[in-house]
Amino acid sequence: MKVKVRLFARIRELAGISEMEVEIGEGMSVGEVFELVRARIPRLAGQQLPVAFAVNARYVTPEHPVRPGDEVAIIPPVSGGGHVLPGHP
Amino acid sequence: MFFLVTPEPLDPQRAVELVRRHEAGAVVVFLGVVRSHNLGRQVIRLQYEAYPEMAEQVMREVAQEAATRFRLTDVAIMHRTGVLPVGETSLVVAVSSPHRHQAFQGGQWLVDRLKERLPIWKKETFVGGEEWIEGELPPAG
Repeated sequence: MKVKVRLFARIRELAGISEMEVEIGEGMSVGEVFELVRARIPRLAGQQLPVAFAVNARYVTPEHPVRPGDEVAIIPPVSGGGHVLPGHP
Repeated sequence: MFFLVTPEPLDPQRAVELVRRHEAGAVVVFLGVVRSHNLGRQVIRLQYEAYPEMAEQVMREVAQEAATRFRLTDVAIMHRTGVLPVGETSLVVAVSSPHRHQAFQGGQWLVDRLKERLPIWKKETFVGGEEWIEGELPPAG
């Protein structure tokens, strides 16, 4: 089965694409889908990438199972709003 | 309630009018503005990128929780995307409430919570380079 995976910000830039279709196995989790994406994109494979996941525009845990037609999003650490870093108010 | 993610310039007055009510004696407005210095670097501009459909969904969830906790009468949230030079407004949050304490506290809670959860990212261009500014990983669920 196929799912759409959307990439954002630093991960989108590293990958060079903002979305891709991935063929996945039955009952796979979003964490496993991300490992498939990393395996297909060499520039994502080699490094430590802290990410969260969303399925159909809602945050989920890495164990969340993916169903056919789902939209998976790889969410790097967020930084909307004003211009403040953690520890640098 | 009103939620918007847009590449167009934000209008804080519009947010105020959207939350103004006869039963609400207090309206508090927060503007997030691109500032000129960060981490000792001179900032030239920020580039904001959003997952727009999800960002508006997260705005709705956070606003509904804030309204319940702080008895807010109404909430309007706007976030701009794209390239913003220093001095531009990236975020507008307006809340109304019967009394000022709830409006101040609810507004602050709302802005803090949005920063933790909104799927929006910014890349800073400063004198000498550029870098994605990464905050916290949003909590799952």
